[in-house]
Amino acid sequence: MTSPLLELDDVVVEYPGKGRGKKPFRVLHGVSLAIEPGETLGLVGESGSGKTTLGRAVLGLAPVTGGEIRYEGRPISRLGKRERRALSKDIQVVFQDPFTSLNPAMTVMDILTEPLLVTGVARADAEARVQKLLDHVYLPQDAARRLPREFSGGQRQRIAIARALCRDPKLIVCDEPVSALDLTTQARVLDLFIEIQEATGVAYLFVTHDLSVVRHISHRVAVLYRGDIVETGDAAQVTESPEHAYTKRLLLAAPVPDPERQARRRAERLRQAAS
Amino acid sequence: MTAVEFPPAPKRDGLVRRALRDPLAVGCLVVLALLIVASLAAPLLTGYEPDHSVMADTLAPMSGSHPLGGDGVGRDVLSRLLYGGRTSLVGGTLAVLVAFAVGGPLGLISGFYRGWFDAVAGWIVNVIMAVPAIIVMLVVMAAVSQDLNVAMVVLGVIMAPMVFRLIRASVIAVREELYVDAARVSGLGDGRIMRRHVLPVVIAPSLIQATQVFAVAIGIQAGLAFLGLGKASQASWGAMLGDAFTNIYNAPALLVWPGAAMGLTILASSLLGNVVRDALGTAEPRVVRRRKRVERRAAAPVAEAPADRLLTVAGLRVGYPKPGGDKTVVDGVSLTVARGEVLGLVGESGSGKSQTAFSVLGLLPNEAEVTADRMVFDGKDLLGLDLAALNALRGRGIGYIPQEPMSNLDPCFRIGSQLVEPMRKHLGLSRAEARAKALELLARVGIPDPERVFRSYPHQISGGMAQRVLIAGAVSCDPRLLIADEPTTALDVTVQAEVLDLMRSLQQEREMGMILVTHDFGVVADICDRVAVMQKGRIVETAPARQIFAAPEHGYTRMLLDSTLEGGPARGDLRVPDKPLKEVTS
Repeated sequence: MTSPLLELDDVVVEYPGKGRGKKPFRVLHGVSLAIEPGETLGLVGESGSGKTTLGRAVLGLAPVTGGEIRYEGRPISRLGKRERRALSKDIQVVFQDPFTSLNPAMTVMDILTEPLLVTGVARADAEARVQKLLDHVYLPQDAARRLPREFSGGQRQRIAIARALCRDPKLIVCDEPVSALDLTTQARVLDLFIEIQEATGVAYLFVTHDLSVVRHISHRVAVLYRGDIVETGDAAQVTESPEHAYTKRLLLAAPVPDPERQARRRAERLRQAAS
Repeated sequence: MTAVEFPPAPKRDGLVRRALRDPLAVGCLVVLALLIVASLAAPLLTGYEPDHSVMADTLAPMSGSHPLGGDGVGRDVLSRLLYGGRTSLVGGTLAVLVAFAVGGPLGLISGFYRGWFDAVAGWIVNVIMAVPAIIVMLVVMAAVSQDLNVAMVVLGVIMAPMVFRLIRASVIAVREELYVDAARVSGLGDGRIMRRHVLPVVIAPSLIQATQVFAVAIGIQAGLAFLGLGKASQASWGAMLGDAFTNIYNAPALLVWPGAAMGLTILASSLLGNVVRDALGTAEPRVVRRRKRVERRAAAPVAEAPADRLLTVAGLRVGYPKPGGDKTVVDGVSLTVARGEVLGLVGESGSGKSQTAFSVLGLLPNEAEVTADRMVFDGKDLLGLDLAALNALRGRGIGYIPQEPMSNLDPCFRIGSQLVEPMRKHLGLSRAEARAKALELLARVGIPDPERVFRSYPHQISGGMAQRVLIAGAVSCDPRLLIADEPTTALDVTVQAEVLDLMRSLQQEREMGMILVTHDFGVVADICDRVAVMQKGRIVETAPARQIFAAPEHGYTRMLLDSTLEGGPARGDLRVPDKPLKEVTS
């Protein structure tokens, strides 16, 4: 049996408490999950559940104080700076807020060539690649000369996706990448994610609070509640007939765009809350 | 999917070019340049040594040989002025260089790495700041060296904490930005992140700070020299002022030259800082036209409204003056709300839905130009209302629930006082009555421990709680209309469901009309009676909620409904592709 692309084994993340002698603040209480190559694992939870922290731990941006994260079988949670940088070829990120994740003072070309230039790619090659990447995310060629503020939220998110794709990663951590977008833009950006995955075989760790988004894009879903995984399973099963009480509550709380079905769902939710 | 069309890329000017477009900047730079040239060229402009004293020229009047006359001990004033310029400019520059050489790197490292280095550096900096600057410099000049330049180096060290704090603060701010995280994930080393992402942000405020340090240093140097410190051979504007002061009754004009020189230098330097700040601040020139009230566009025929009609808006337009023509964000919107009815205002960002809601509340920024044919609330004409009448109406007639609960509570006041104040003003309740009613309201909106929340500050409660508090506040003065602007967008789904339940029950129990601005069709299905769909500042379709979902008429409504993911198929299992995966760009 081949090992999964990414494996989290009983991962604990704690932030030091404020002041001497204070107990550290534990965000993740021993989380285990695995992502196969080319797979989307949806990670659902509400604010404060630790879902963003989990993504940041995989990226090396949050302190892993217990357990182990393994990438292609190799432990990566306590890497030195140099080794971590080498890993950036394989693990990339798309953040939630397309307005702060792009440096406002740099042109799109500079933003996109940056990750290539640090690895010693010649500028001409890097620029040629950026033009191709812009095609892939359906942005016009002259976008390269512009500043991020000239783009709408959805277009900025496309730039962020292009940046993540720069070096052909095998895993992209997507931290709520569509939750700041309009409904119609959201659908288009999600479809872009799927299209790219089908073309390149990249795997996604897709963090979101929205069950319908996670259902649309994920092969499997993990539900995070207060720092613990409470349920894992196929996307269809978790989003239709969840087993854990919290997931059930989450599902019933999401409003349906149909007045009659929503009235039924509301009644069901109130009935369950009362019992 | 086709690529999006863009207008041609606008020309971008750098900071220098933008600053140079300001005549003030050019003036300042010319003044400073003249000062530098004049003090450098001092030997060419005057034949006298600055400390060459001729008894016969004591307080000599202006003449061909002494264009500005002689001073109290018979030295040439022009020569002293020019050579004194050297002392001032060199001194100011020294102080700036030292302050940045010490404070700059410390601030960068402290802000970027934080940790123990930050703690130690912060401690040292605080000690330096606690030391009285003038006294240190007096001691140094008395005990170490009479050279004014030494004093300026010391001043530079004393000013370094200001630079340190400024740079540290700007670095910390940038460090929190997601794009720095993204750069780290992209594999950039610390040095490169510093150079590419951090330094550019730090440079601009540093420039402004440098001009301030320069101006302060020149002033302090002159003060020291005025007190008689400094080498006698070192001509300086301060020493000139000292000399002029002793001869103030005999030759008052002696004060003018060094005073003017100092004034000009300090003024030019400070103003230059301001210009740089302005050039940084606004990228786009603003057109300011003030207009407070909603204006009536035409005398509209006053049709008799049905008795249960709460709000009528007709032909509402909102525009913002922009260079090159006004930008219209709401373009002829008409809507009505009946008593006890919930109207959903749906659209994408930029469709003008919030602007429409805000113009009913009279909450649009001053530069907004709002016109309407009709705007009638409960039989009262809203057009042309003055601020006082509008305020009374906003309290008692119309309540408002905002999108971001946290930013709509004042962090400086306890929640209790924020609830009590409006009730005392609008309902004329006593403090005790208002308090009792506030507690009752907090209990009504489902807050488990009203007493505790009443005493809490906003940061002590969760976002969902804060939204409940704001709902309590919105209904506290028994409004007949509630305007809710995306009231659940910032909340978790489970909390959203509870808040919607609360809003529905309050609305039914008090028979309030409600305008609910949202982009979420699930929320619309949950609570709205009627729906108005907005696109690009216009309402494209208005219909009962059931009808909108069952049989949307307008293409845009259908497009919006089609893009909801809810109810779509799940993605399915991962199929391992049998062909080798390819690179994205191949």
